[in-house]
Amino acid sequence: MKSVTNVIICGTGGQGILLASEVLCSAARRAGNDVKKSEVHGMSQRGGSVSSHVRFGEKINSPLVEKGCADLILAMEKMESLRWSQYLAPHGKLVVCDLEITPMTVNTGLAEYQDVNAIMKKESLPVTLIPAVEIAEELGNLRVVNVVLIGAVSPLLPIDEVHWKQAITERVPPKALEVNLEAFRKGMELFGN
Amino acid sequence: MRKKLNTINEGTILLSGNEAVARGAWEYGVHFAAAYPGTPSTEILETIAEEYDEIDAQWAPNEKVGLEVVAGASFGGARVLSAMKHVGLNVAADPLFTLSYIGATGGIVIISADDPGMHSSQNEQDNRLMGKAAKVVILEPSDSQEAKDMVGEGLRISEDFDTPVLLRLTTRICHSKSMVNVGPRKEIPVKGYVADIKKRVPIPAHARAMHSRVEQRLEDISAWGSESSLNRIEEGDTSLGIITSGISYQYVKEVSPEASVLKIGISNPLPWNLIEKFINMVDRIIFVEENDPYLEENIKARFLIQADGKNIIPLEGELNPEIVRKAVHPGTTKEITFSEIQLPARPPALCAGCPHRGAFYCLSKLGGSSTGDIGCYTLGLMPPHNALETTICMGASIGVLAGIEKAVGREGMGKLVAAIGESTFVHSGITGLIDMVYNGNTGTVMIMDNSLTAMTGGQENPTTGKNLRGEPAPVLDLEKVVTACGVKNIRVVDPHDLPEMERTLKEEMDRDELSVIITKRPCIMAYKPVRRIIAQVDPEECIGCKLCMKLGCPAISWDGEKPEINRHLCWPDCDLCVQVCPVDAISKDMGGLT
Repeated sequence: MKSVTNVIICGTGGQGILLASEVLCSAARRAGNDVKKSEVHGMSQRGGSVSSHVRFGEKINSPLVEKGCADLILAMEKMESLRWSQYLAPHGKLVVCDLEITPMTVNTGLAEYQDVNAIMKKESLPVTLIPAVEIAEELGNLRVVNVVLIGAVSPLLPIDEVHWKQAITERVPPKALEVNLEAFRKGMELFGN
Repeated sequence: MRKKLNTINEGTILLSGNEAVARGAWEYGVHFAAAYPGTPSTEILETIAEEYDEIDAQWAPNEKVGLEVVAGASFGGARVLSAMKHVGLNVAADPLFTLSYIGATGGIVIISADDPGMHSSQNEQDNRLMGKAAKVVILEPSDSQEAKDMVGEGLRISEDFDTPVLLRLTTRICHSKSMVNVGPRKEIPVKGYVADIKKRVPIPAHARAMHSRVEQRLEDISAWGSESSLNRIEEGDTSLGIITSGISYQYVKEVSPEASVLKIGISNPLPWNLIEKFINMVDRIIFVEENDPYLEENIKARFLIQADGKNIIPLEGELNPEIVRKAVHPGTTKEITFSEIQLPARPPALCAGCPHRGAFYCLSKLGGSSTGDIGCYTLGLMPPHNALETTICMGASIGVLAGIEKAVGREGMGKLVAAIGESTFVHSGITGLIDMVYNGNTGTVMIMDNSLTAMTGGQENPTTGKNLRGEPAPVLDLEKVVTACGVKNIRVVDPHDLPEMERTLKEEMDRDELSVIITKRPCIMAYKPVRRIIAQVDPEECIGCKLCMKLGCPAISWDGEKPEINRHLCWPDCDLCVQVCPVDAISKDMGGLT
């Protein structure tokens, strides 16, 4: 096993990116790793681009992932997944929520939303699209989209299931625990086996 | 449920730099803390209030008052902490520079949270230069553990050497999390207030002696600092020596683990003896530091050495591992497999339901614009409103409007108003308004009262009726303040009542006298809506006129022919799109509530 795992979680403000990265950090910590994470608050919360870098392993120095080194990028919005393409390692994986959120620059005619699928194909990005919104809707709670996605990427990371579940239990309110654990399980089944 | 952090007395926990500073304040016996919110520093006081009941903590109206109250508490013998963003230290500079002469009775740690890269700021000033000018001690942590430890070290240095201590953080320290070893709180008795006029009244006769003491203090701390573990040499391959501090140290360790490193923890006064030892130890020196060449200029000037620094490391913006790798080891950049893709920017926008939207929509509709200020409403500059034209600093909207009138007269000023939030008005807008009254200005000031300090994530302030801990507090009555300043024409309006908002703006902009409009409606972060309803578009009725798009609401997008409402974003208590639709194609059952 290599000594450091690099993950970037990205999307737009209000999508639960910070909770997702908290769960990842907690799970990585429970699995016995040194952990660092970095994100920027403030203006980005008003619907802007948001990203969180998480690094774990035996000993971590920089809290930021270096370009060309991300083992995994988890994008909660399709266009945002492309913003970080340079960070992917040659063997890296790009797991993307099948959801498009129109930026204000597109609404106000300053820019056009890109044909994300075409770009992904053209650039040969190692993409896996996850229907996380549909799964969350089936579960009757749109707020668990982020946990479905965490479940989906969990088999790709060197962290045991028990640590993930403990991390979720620690982070979500008791009354929402059951639906979150179910969301995690549904996500995990997508890649499992 | 999660336990409060003041019940945890041992172990290792994952903390952000801000949370670690709060933890340090608790463990090292801080009694009192005050701050004005400012990204990236805000969570320091929030964490203290939420987790550590033993510390008396409060929001101040601005950073100057925050530091003054903290200074007084230190005079009373309490250990104290004041936090602010980098530009907040400009506001607090007046007390800082003289407090440096006066020194500390109870330990004083002042947090300056700098923002390299300007993630959420209007400039990129490097407050190591401020701290040096003020002749105070500067400490720079490189992760959360050091941030916690340096609060303790800072308090000790402050008391031992009788000086305020500036703990200089940066965004990447404040908002990165790393593991921190924690311990119990150390209770330290408050020493009590004892008058000491020669120490605390800097009339020239006293201040001259104080200044001599300050210069001696800097020499003493420099000598002490060369022995302190806060500065250290990590000996490696001596063909390359890197001098670095703060987060840059982590990037150096990442890309150059073999090099010899001088890690500076005390950035002022610099540990000259240790630096000299390091210079003599290594063959080549590179300075790796964010923003200004602070270490580089000071060390080069002292020792007249040849070294690389800002010739290979950018002065502007944040550093990161790839920038440092390219500079220190040219040609060894990591392989980039996938190319960069040009994408539409996703800048922040006023939230769906934001009260400011109604005000900017009307201002824009009337062909007006504003001199702006610091807060969410700075976003009024963005399309489709395009209704904000200047910003300098907290409170400047009012002085700038007054000055434009002085330069070009009432006619030349056109349809400009000043746009300022209620928290910013209290911070430093009131004096600007007094100036307008006193000096005969005729403009219109729009105080956008959303009952929350919103841009920084939603904090209480003197107008909200609550304090930092969420307890009831007296409400500052803005109408009475404005009246007392001498303003005769005062209007209070709900900015989501578009006809009334537009009429009020037009009348006050047309008036030949100074006026104040208070737009009053709570921020969507200030309360929980009681119902979950969203606006509906009737595609049969919609004529595709795009008037609703002029609201710039993030919940409304255009599908090519008609608007689409994003049901996750649409705010229940907002019906602006219903109001602007000329053919009633958008509906929303407001249930009598607006």
